Amino acid sequence: MMANTVEAEGQLTPDEQKRLTSDMHRSLRRKKFRALFLVAPLLIFIMVTFVSPIATMLFRSIDNPQVSEYMPNTTAALADWDGDNNELPDEATYAALVEDLVVGRKNHTIGKAATRLNYEKSQMRSLLTGTARKAGRLKPPYKDQLIKINKGWGDIDNWRVIKRESKPYTASYYIAAFDMETTPEGEIKMLPENQRVYLKMLWRTVWMSVVITLLTLLLGYPVSYLLASLPMRVANTLMILVLLPFWTSLLVRTSSWIALLQGQGVINDILVWFGLVNDESRLSMIYNATGTVIAMTHILLPFMILPLYSVMKTIPPSYMRAARSLGATPFTAFVKVYLPQSVPGISAGAILVFILAIGYYITPALVGGQTGQFIGNMIAYHMQSSLNWGLAAALGVVLLALVLGIYALYSRLFGGNNQMTLR
Amino acid sequence: MENSASSEAFVRFDGVQKSYDGKVLVVKDLNIDVPRGEFLTMLGPSGSGKTTSLMMLAGFETATHGDIYLDGRSINNVAPHKRGIGMVFQNYALFPHMTVAENLAFPLKVRNMGKSETEERVNKALDMVELGSFGDRRPAQLSGGQQQRVAVARALVFEPDLILMDEPLGALDKNLREQMQYEIKHIHERLGVTVVYVTHDQSEALTMSNRIAVFNDGIIQQLAPPTELYEKPTNSFVAQFIGENNKLSGILQSTQDGICTVRLPSGELVTALDINTDDIGKESTLSLRPERVFLDPVEGQCDNVFTGKVEEVIYLGDHKRVRMNVCGHDEFIVKVPNSTDHKGLQVGGTAPIGWSSKDCRALDTI
Repeated sequence: MMANTVEAEGQLTPDEQKRLTSDMHRSLRRKKFRALFLVAPLLIFIMVTFVSPIATMLFRSIDNPQVSEYMPNTTAALADWDGDNNELPDEATYAALVEDLVVGRKNHTIGKAATRLNYEKSQMRSLLTGTARKAGRLKPPYKDQLIKINKGWGDIDNWRVIKRESKPYTASYYIAAFDMETTPEGEIKMLPENQRVYLKMLWRTVWMSVVITLLTLLLGYPVSYLLASLPMRVANTLMILVLLPFWTSLLVRTSSWIALLQGQGVINDILVWFGLVNDESRLSMIYNATGTVIAMTHILLPFMILPLYSVMKTIPPSYMRAARSLGATPFTAFVKVYLPQSVPGISAGAILVFILAIGYYITPALVGGQTGQFIGNMIAYHMQSSLNWGLAAALGVVLLALVLGIYALYSRLFGGNNQMTLR
Repeated sequence: MENSASSEAFVRFDGVQKSYDGKVLVVKDLNIDVPRGEFLTMLGPSGSGKTTSLMMLAGFETATHGDIYLDGRSINNVAPHKRGIGMVFQNYALFPHMTVAENLAFPLKVRNMGKSETEERVNKALDMVELGSFGDRRPAQLSGGQQQRVAVARALVFEPDLILMDEPLGALDKNLREQMQYEIKHIHERLGVTVVYVTHDQSEALTMSNRIAVFNDGIIQQLAPPTELYEKPTNSFVAQFIGENNKLSGILQSTQDGICTVRLPSGELVTALDINTDDIGKESTLSLRPERVFLDPVEGQCDNVFTGKVEEVIYLGDHKRVRMNVCGHDEFIVKVPNSTDHKGLQVGGTAPIGWSSKDCRALDTI
């Protein structure tokens, strides 16, 4: 049967073709199931521990339930109000507000809505909680009484904020993450220069990551070259030295940098002892950007060396010899022949170090001081201290988008290159 | 002969030694003169020092002792890129990130040659190896044979007087290898460049070379043209390494006028040419090519006649390879031309065999 189909001058009739295709699919299906079965545990693990938290985070950055959930009557009453002609809401809305405040105070939920509104406009918290304390004693009509309790209720801008944030989804966390604000009139504009925080920090995170990446490349390239050109036995021994930091706790390594770099630290002491630096003007190498760069360069160096080494290991020494025999000086041979072939290693190491650096948190937190903080520290602050998770999530999404964008750029630039140099 | 060559030697190794670890000499005492235009092959098993010698000539290894001269000038302290020697590597070492044309232009660019002249030379070199239309391809898109030709073209494109080749055909399959042997030989004949070629493949060496230096154990065992090397090996290693060889060991009995007699362990006496023997009473190895042994020798044709017992017959089309037991030695090979005679060669049967003492060489013991 087999022989028949093959024998027919290599040409299959349409029927035979169809049968062959279905046979192929059937035999491949088993293989596919097998593969799926093998990766299933890891797949489930990743879905639970990686994909779902990220999805939750993405969602939290636009999720806006507080006002609509804890002030449902006010939300409903404001649905028809737009405040276009500078008119305050009607009495029914004030009545709905009083009801929400009374219920919210009883259930201890009004604080959540108040906190949420306070992100948008300061004093909103005290306006709501202060009024809520007195709302139980009020009798209709409420409008004037409320304005008497706190004249904030006569300010149309406050009503506009409540109306805006009563929607279930919001862009306000992203607006805040980009150092912008929404004016009461609904315009989005940049904050004044002196109040901008996150863009500056994001920019600082990017350029410091670039500096760290360049430093690891500068320090790692010669080491990798040496390792790749040494005999296997020696190279393996030296590789242990490169990997040693991996086996030491990140905290230990960072702390030892503190011991080395601080004002009364080892390096300053030595400089002072040699008279290179005055005792009064000891160098400040830590608790600033310098400290972060030094410590992170050290910590991330292996991530540059390993990909560089693995690529350089595959470049046969005969290429350099060929270039030399063809008349190239050692320098020309390196630049024209060796360097281009090590580009996949450079790009892989650089993208690895850069992406790790841009999301770094512990080291900047310990040695960064004021000027060496990364955006990751800001995210942690909003997660742990200010408890503004929405803003933390939005900043996280911005960082994620930045990393994905850089990765896309990388694969556009070097994706083809990697394939080309494969021999 | 060596003295006359030295005055016009283009490449000259003078008492060259090489050691990597300071204990063992990889190259023990190398003296070769290569006249201009010669195709010299360094042939030997792996670890014999041939590649090390080539690398010293190219400048990638430094000689521990002795001098290497190129065109009368000592090049011991000349950097590889200033030696102007073209080289073809075992794995071709074509730069994978450059096109074929860029590979060929590389040696011209580093010599600051003008753009139009570079292009002209590259095209000429590509035409020479019949790859005129392949300039825009990457090396990875070429077959092994095509890559090999590009490597040869690249080594020639800057018109060096000396080309070194380090087992350039090792990675090719048999048919392609034979074809490339002729191509390289013809390029050499056409351009008249001097070639030093390293291989461990004896048929490659015999096909291409003007002279062959057989290396073993860091020493040149014999340096001679292919015919002489095959017909007149001067020691047992060369006899064994080049071509097929029957070797019989025995004790030297007498020697006179270049003819000696050797007694085999089984008691028979064999007469042979005395080439490279020790004193009388010492051991000697006899070397005899299988095609010089005659089955059913005619009376007077051979002065050594014995009886052989057929152990194995292998049919190879144009000839039969017959393994026989002769004088207690059961690895004795006889090549029998495929003719109507000797039809009765049966395993287990016996046949008279013989050979001329002029074809049998008494050499040293290994």
